[in-house]
Amino acid sequence: MTESLNGKGLALVPKSDAKQTMKDYKSDQEVRWCPGCGDYAILAAVQSFMPELGLRRENVVFVSGIGCSSRFPYYLNTYGFHSIHGRAPAIATGLAASRPDLSVWVITGDGDALSIGGNHLIHALRRNVNLNILLFNNRIYGLTKGQYSPTSEVGKITKSTPMGSLDKPFNPISLAIGAEASFVARTIDSDRKHLQSVLREAAAHRGTSLVEIYQNCNIFNDNAFEPLKDPEVRDNITLRLEHGQPIVSAVKAVRRRPDGSLEVVDRDGVDESEIVVHDAHNPDPSVAFALSRLDEPWFAHVPVGVFRSVERPSYDHEMSVQVEAAKSERGAGTLSDLLMSGDTWRIG
Amino acid sequence: MTKQVQQLDRVIIRFAGDSGDGMQLTGDRFTAETASFGNDLSTLPNFPAEIRAPAGTLPGVSSFQLHFADHDILTPGDAPNVLVAMNPAALKANLGDLPRGADIIANTDEFTKRNLQKVGYTTNPLEDDTLAEWRVHPVPLTSLTVTALDNFDISKKDAERAKNMFALGLLSWLYHRPVDATVKFLESKFAKKPDIAKANVAAFNAGWNYGETTEAFSVSYEIKPAKLTPGVYRNIAGNQALAYGLIAASVQSKLPLFLGSYPITPASDILHELSKHKRFGIRTFQAEDEIAGVGAALGAAFGGALGVTTTSGPGVALKAETVGLAVMTELPLILVDVQRAGPSTGMPTKTEQTDLLMAMFGRNGESPVPIVAPSTPSDCFHAAIEAARIALKYRTPVMLLSDGYLANGSEPWRLPEIDELPDISVEFATEPNGEDGTTFLPYKRDPQTLARPWAVPGTPGIEHRIGGIEKADGSGNISYDPNNHDLMVRLRQAKVDGIDVPDLEVDDPDGEARVLVLGWGSTYGPIAAAVRRVRKAGGKVAQAHLRHLNPLPANTGDVLRAYDKVLLPEINLGQLALLLRARFLVDVISYNRVRGLPFKAEELAGVIQDVIDSD
Repeated sequence: MTESLNGKGLALVPKSDAKQTMKDYKSDQEVRWCPGCGDYAILAAVQSFMPELGLRRENVVFVSGIGCSSRFPYYLNTYGFHSIHGRAPAIATGLAASRPDLSVWVITGDGDALSIGGNHLIHALRRNVNLNILLFNNRIYGLTKGQYSPTSEVGKITKSTPMGSLDKPFNPISLAIGAEASFVARTIDSDRKHLQSVLREAAAHRGTSLVEIYQNCNIFNDNAFEPLKDPEVRDNITLRLEHGQPIVSAVKAVRRRPDGSLEVVDRDGVDESEIVVHDAHNPDPSVAFALSRLDEPWFAHVPVGVFRSVERPSYDHEMSVQVEAAKSERGAGTLSDLLMSGDTWRIG
Repeated sequence: MTKQVQQLDRVIIRFAGDSGDGMQLTGDRFTAETASFGNDLSTLPNFPAEIRAPAGTLPGVSSFQLHFADHDILTPGDAPNVLVAMNPAALKANLGDLPRGADIIANTDEFTKRNLQKVGYTTNPLEDDTLAEWRVHPVPLTSLTVTALDNFDISKKDAERAKNMFALGLLSWLYHRPVDATVKFLESKFAKKPDIAKANVAAFNAGWNYGETTEAFSVSYEIKPAKLTPGVYRNIAGNQALAYGLIAASVQSKLPLFLGSYPITPASDILHELSKHKRFGIRTFQAEDEIAGVGAALGAAFGGALGVTTTSGPGVALKAETVGLAVMTELPLILVDVQRAGPSTGMPTKTEQTDLLMAMFGRNGESPVPIVAPSTPSDCFHAAIEAARIALKYRTPVMLLSDGYLANGSEPWRLPEIDELPDISVEFATEPNGEDGTTFLPYKRDPQTLARPWAVPGTPGIEHRIGGIEKADGSGNISYDPNNHDLMVRLRQAKVDGIDVPDLEVDDPDGEARVLVLGWGSTYGPIAAAVRRVRKAGGKVAQAHLRHLNPLPANTGDVLRAYDKVLLPEINLGQLALLLRARFLVDVISYNRVRGLPFKAEELAGVIQDVIDSD
C-alpha cells in the first residue's frame, strides 16, 4: 500500500476482461430531461467514454445530489446513488475512502455543488479523496423552474429576481483552485472530443478532480454559452489550455505583464516568446488561478482545458496506509485484548 | 501514633475545584484505585462547558463525584459524605448538596480575601461559624505541595499545579487505596517531562504521608471489596464502552467499521477512542460538518461497511435529512446521539433525555427509525452491538440514545465472554433475484424481516441505482404511483414494527405490587436504587426498564395494564409518557425534572412512595 499511486487514478480498480461498448453503460431507464437539454450530450459522451477505461462495470459508481443533472446515475448501468441536495461529495467521500477498488464519480450542478453543497465541495477538494466530480454548470436552477444560481451573472432576471440578481457569482475554477484542488478543468457539453479528453485526464488523476462542464439549459437559460459554440466566434474566444503549449485562441494570446499578472492581447504583433506556455503541473497554483481570472462574464475570452493537474497524496490512500501501519505495528486487533486493555481485576 | 481505622460500607466523595485544577483527573485516578481495590462504584463528573472559565468563580467550578461501596450500588450517590474543596468557589457551589455532618477538606491557601470576594463571602467561612454543621479539615494544600517540591527543578507554577496530586495522596491514605497504579500512571502521563512526573509522584506521596503523620486526621477508613459476580472486571465510562461496543459489532459482523463524525460535546470521546483502534481495520473520518459525517457513513454503508456516525442533539438535527435518505434507501446505519441539555446549544456538558421524540419523529415524511437506549455506562457496550444487529439485519438506520450522564459516568464492568457475544454477520446479495434469473430487484424483500438485499458495488450482475426518490416495490425504480407510495410507506413502517425485540421484563419480587415504576435509558440506576429503598421500607413496587423504544417490546401494553398505576420518571417533560399514552391509552403518571443532572435515588423513592400512598 505504500507505493505511489500518483497519476494512477484507477490503479486499484479491477479491469474488465471483456471488451465493452457504449451500450454496456446504458441502463434500461428512460431518459427524462427536457428535449434539447445539454445533459443529453454529456450523458452520451460519458457512456461512450467509459468503455475506454476498461474497468469492471460493477466497480464503477456514480453518486449525485439533487437537481436536473443529478438524475444522471439512473441512466448508467453501473452502481448509482442519487442522494440529497449538496451532499454527494460527502457520501462519495465515505464510499471512496472505504472502497479504494471503486471508480467513484460525482455528478452535480452549480446550485448543488456551489450553493447548498459548497462546504462539502471545498472540503472534498482539499482532502483529495479519489473522486471525479463533474460539475454541470448551466448558471440557473432548472429543476425548481428557473431561479438564479451562484454562477448566474449579476443582474440576472429570473422568477426570484424580477429586478435582477444582486450577488456576485462564483467562478468555479477559481474557487476550486483556492480550495487546494489538485485537478481542475473546464470543458463544454457540445464539444464531445474535448469533453472526453478532459474526462480521460480526470480519471487518470489520483485524488479529487473537478471538471466544470458548461451545460446549456434550453428552457430557463438558453444560449448561456452560445459564443463558445458559435462557429463564427468560438475559435477566437476559446483559449485552449494544453500542457506545454502556448496559451492562445485563433486571434488572442496570453501574455505576462511586467508585474507578473496575465493579460489577453491580440495574437498579431506579439512575440511568440512572450506568450505564456501552459504548465498544468506547476506546484504553485498562482498561474492557474490567474488563468481562471481571465474569464469575462460575456465571453470575450474563456480558458478551456486542464488548468491544474498536480500530484499529491490522496486521502483514501493515506487512510489505508494508517490502517495498515496500525495492523503491522501492533498486529490485527482482537476483542479480548481490547477489553483487557485497561486496569483489570478478577473477582471469585 | 497508631491511628484509628473505621469500617464503612460505602462513601460518597466529591472533588471540587477550579476547571484548571485537574479535578477530573484526580477523580479518574481515585476511581481507578478504587476499582482495582474491588469496591463497586459509580461516578458523576460535572464540569462547565468552558475549558477555562475565569479562575476562582462559581461558573468555573468543576467537580467529580464518586460513590464506592462494599456491596453493589446503582448510582453515583445523592449527597457527598466528603467534599474536597480546592477553593472558596468550590465550597460555595457544592455546600448546598452536603448533608449535615459531612467532612469538608478545604485548601486554606486559596481562601484569600480576593478569592472570597469573587464568590461573595465577606468573611472567611473556615474561620466563622458558616460551616458549624460540618466537620471541617483545613489543609494548606498548595503551600504543602510547594514545600514538598522545594528541591525539584520545576517552576513554582508547576509545583502549585501538583496540588491535586497532593489531595489525591491524602484521600488515598484516608480510604486505604492502593497507590502503585497511580504512580505508574503519572510516570507514563508525563513520560516526556520526567521532572514533572517525579514532582507529581512526590506530591502524591507527600499527600499520603501528610495523612499518615499529622494529627489533622485521626481516623482513616476501610471499605471492604464488594462481593460481585465472579469474573474479570475493569472500570469503564459510557463513551468508552460504546466505542468498544461498536468495535465488537464490527468484529461480530465481519464488516469494517467506518465512523463519520464531527466534534461535539459530549460525543467526541467516541471519535477519539475509535481513532485509536485502526488495527481493527477501523476508518475514522473527521468530517467538515455533521451532515458530511453522516453522509460519509451512509456512503460507506452503501459500499458494505458498518457505517456509524456519532453526535449529540444539535448534530442529530443536522443529520436528519441523511437519516431520511437511509430510511428511503434502506441501508444499515448507526446514529449515536449522546443526549445533552437543550434546546439549541443548551448546556453541552449536562445530561438530559430530551431527544426521544426527535429520534422517533424528527424527519420529514413517514420515516420510522428503531431506537435503542443503554441503561448504564457498561451497558453502552451491549446496546451498541444491539443497534448494529438491528441495523444490519433489517437494513435500516438505528438511533442509539446515550446521554451525558452515561457518557462520562463510570462503573466496574464484568467483561463479557467473547464467545458469548452474538453473531451479527449478514449476507450481501451476490446474484440476480428476479424470476427471469437475470434481473436484480433491489427492493424485493425478505418475507420474514422485510429487509431488502444489501448489494454492494463490486458485485457483478446486480448493478443498480438507489436514491431518495420513492421506489417502486421490488424493482426500486423511480415511482410516483399513488398506490405504490402508500404501499411503500406501510412496508417501511411494518419492517420497523416487526423488528424482533425481547419482551419487557418486570422486577416484582413478591408479585404483590400495584404500582409499576417504568424507565428508559440512563435513569435505570437512580430508579433501581429508589425501588430498593422503598422495598426496604416495606413498600411494594414493581420495576421495568425499556431498552427498545422503537419498536416497543410486544408485551409493553400488557405490562402497563397489569398495574393500577404506572409511574414514569424522565429527564424531559414526559416524552415517553406521550408515546405510551397515545399507543396504549394508559394514564401514565409522569415525574419530570430537567436540571441537567441525573435523578437522586432519595428523591425518586419519595415520589414512588407518594404514588403508592395516593389511593
